[in-house]
Amino acid sequence: MSLFLDYTLNGIANGMVYATLALALVLIYRATKIINFAQGAAGMLTTFIAFSLLSRGLGYWWAFVLVLVIGFAIGAATERILIRPLHGRSELNPVIVTIGLLVVFEGLAGAIYGNASRGFPAAFSQSGLKVGHTTIAFSHFDVFILIAVLALMASTLVLFRYTALGLRMRATAFSREIARLLGVRVGVLLTLGWGLAGIAGSLAGLLVAPTSAFGPYYMDLILVYGFTAAVIGGLESPVGALVGGLISGLCISYVGGYLGSGLEPLGALALLMVALMARPEGIFARPPARRV
Amino acid sequence: MLEVRDLSVSFGAVQALRSVSFDAEPGAVTAVLGANGAGKTTLLRTISGLVKPREGLVRFDGDPLLGRSVETIARLGVSHVPEGRGVIEELTVEENLRLATLWCLRKQQRRAAIAETLELFPRLESFLKRPASTLSGGERQMLVLGRALISRPRLLLLDEPSLGLAPMVTAQLMALIREQTEGRDITVVLVEQNARSALSVSHHAVILNLGQVVVSDDAATVAGDDALRRHYLGF
Amino acid sequence: MDPATIARSVRLPRQPLLRHLPVALAAAAILYVVTLRLSSYDVYQVGEIAAYIVALVGLSLLTGANGQISLGHGAFMAVGAYTMGLLMNHTQTNFILELAAAAGVAAAAGLVIGLPATRLKGPYLAGMTLLFALAVPSIADKWPATFGGDQGLTTTVPTAPGSLSAEEWLAQIQIVVALIVMVLVANLLWSRYGRAFRAVRDDEIAASLTGIHVARTKVTAFAISAGCAGLGGALLGLSTGVVNTGEFPLTLSIQLLAAMVLGGTGTLIGMVWGGILLVYMPQWSTSLSSDFNLGNGANAYLATIIFGVVLIVAMIAAPNGIQGGLRWLWGHRPHLGKGGHGAPAPVTAPTVD
Repeated sequence: MSLFLDYTLNGIANGMVYATLALALVLIYRATKIINFAQGAAGMLTTFIAFSLLSRGLGYWWAFVLVLVIGFAIGAATERILIRPLHGRSELNPVIVTIGLLVVFEGLAGAIYGNASRGFPAAFSQSGLKVGHTTIAFSHFDVFILIAVLALMASTLVLFRYTALGLRMRATAFSREIARLLGVRVGVLLTLGWGLAGIAGSLAGLLVAPTSAFGPYYMDLILVYGFTAAVIGGLESPVGALVGGLISGLCISYVGGYLGSGLEPLGALALLMVALMARPEGIFARPPARRV
Repeated sequence: MLEVRDLSVSFGAVQALRSVSFDAEPGAVTAVLGANGAGKTTLLRTISGLVKPREGLVRFDGDPLLGRSVETIARLGVSHVPEGRGVIEELTVEENLRLATLWCLRKQQRRAAIAETLELFPRLESFLKRPASTLSGGERQMLVLGRALISRPRLLLLDEPSLGLAPMVTAQLMALIREQTEGRDITVVLVEQNARSALSVSHHAVILNLGQVVVSDDAATVAGDDALRRHYLGF
Repeated sequence: MDPATIARSVRLPRQPLLRHLPVALAAAAILYVVTLRLSSYDVYQVGEIAAYIVALVGLSLLTGANGQISLGHGAFMAVGAYTMGLLMNHTQTNFILELAAAAGVAAAAGLVIGLPATRLKGPYLAGMTLLFALAVPSIADKWPATFGGDQGLTTTVPTAPGSLSAEEWLAQIQIVVALIVMVLVANLLWSRYGRAFRAVRDDEIAASLTGIHVARTKVTAFAISAGCAGLGGALLGLSTGVVNTGEFPLTLSIQLLAAMVLGGTGTLIGMVWGGILLVYMPQWSTSLSSDFNLGNGANAYLATIIFGVVLIVAMIAAPNGIQGGLRWLWGHRPHLGKGGHGAPAPVTAPTVD
């Protein structure tokens, strides 16, 4: 039973990270119908920058915030420079551009920082918390993950529901042409959307780094797990990203725990295939628009 | 005043508009009529910037419109209600209205503007917080018209507002259009298949056939010319 | 002159097979002479190019002709390579059968992935194949005893006949296999199966209305494409002498995609350019990095960066790749389109017939 609890807690913590990446994918997909395969690698690159800053003595939280800002900038720049010129062409071209970008980011990180695995410092203790007399498989750092991701999700929801900017972004995502006819500067909002996604990607990179083999490829699996989460939740639903993240996190954790560690990618693949066969539009799918 | 000169639009090998020229006066409704495929929708979409023409000139109050982005044209005071109405279904009625005010009104003014729109279209009040997808055809038409008017446009482009509406609703709609236009500083271009009701509220009529202007005259004259009506408008 | 023009001027028969064979035989003869004259390192590289061409031809069929994207072809190559490695190390199977098994098992894997893929659109399919590319190496890592762990499995080339050196013999095997695969795929693409592939790519609904079984067509394309990749992976494994997961990282799948796009998606000759790029790009980038004194670590990654940059630039500026560019220069319309304007796969504006 305690194994089950361990795997569950582990799944929740991981799931939150997948949800973060899923949120990044959702933000971009909603607005531009593109899946940004470079999102994980962008998060990896910004985390490497954080690593450099920390090595030079910058305080953890300064580096943390700075790197989120850099993530925003990279996301915004990507949209403006690489994706915008492709508007109107086949829907696959921008996807392939993001794949090229993935490779470029990984190559850059490898070239600049080399291949040796490093340790990335964690902001909080990673040993299990004590509940009563037992130590559970949930550390201070995991609590931090939980809080950080929930804070991100909450701010995103508040942004979309209660602000004018959020209204504009939703309108752009739902009906770009009508939004333009109503005077909405759609271009700026798309760039902004990619920038926000960049923040989420950077956060995911920072949260995963302490527990992984911190090298240029460490976000590859996180990206595809985040993609799985986004598909399960629905590629256009931020709430779906959270739910999908938790579901993926738990499933993958159980697979790794009960079937053997190292089998997680296969488990995720099976999960993704089932989701795509059973309900490709996701749990929180938008009902198809009725035209009157 | 809207000035359109020698406007030509092609989609690949198909020429949708050929050298279209006409004027639309402020404080008046100019009807653009013609059969399906005559180019009426393309005309409006070109004016509002959704379509780029091959050549021609479009000026509103002296301001050239061609070549500018859709958003910029909208912010000049051009409201285009497209074919199919363009209700954003996933947003509530209130959000649809509020969206149109974001570029021109401050927060306090927005509430007042929405209240004003609800006075014009009381039906919408009960749907205010509901998704726009729950509205009927006539209610949607009210919503998009209210949304178009809330920003106090100087040029209003309406594409087939009567489509799918019952005759009584159409009549009310047309009366409302006339009422909102008369004596105000707004130019209205009304594209309609329902030529009869359009002519009843218009001051000027332009008939398009295969992308070309074949008639440009007073609405009353066009309505009174039996041969013309029968040939181009089918009644 | 491009092959089509040569064929026309020499008045070759109209049937595809009879038209492609002479071209292939001529190429084989030329290459045979060439391999005997090159240094052994160059011969080795020509062989590697041939191995990549086999895989690229499969990818070009899948994406260019059938419109399905795959980010997992490196993993299919791994499946083929490991199949051959296992057979070589544990059985006494005939070499040709080992190659056939490599293609077959990879094709079976392609079937497994191809089935859910029938319902997926481009970006979703890309995501699933991406996960596949990451999942396959994890299998080998999970059972190191069977799959040889980090060291991997060794491969042995059959003994060279007569006075041929080992490198020459291997290269000739690889070239012959590549030519055979190209001829077979070319015939396939000209046949009604090829027409079915393209019809499904252009418009699934219209295709099904003409009686084409859409799902079956897509799965078949996937399986054949994966089989080619598996065969290419096995051939590559022979070049390197060893099969391990380090040879088939995610970047390989992406580089295959880049090479296909650069060579010209949907073309076959273009895959020759792609193969050349894959083999020579690391070399060029190594000399580039030493020109700029970038240090040893940068070497390995510079090639990857260049592939990525070129992929991005190609998508924005030249989606039709080298072959597309050449065809444009010769005034031809994009390949494989009897009215097909190439696609969900990257191609520019439709051409008018």
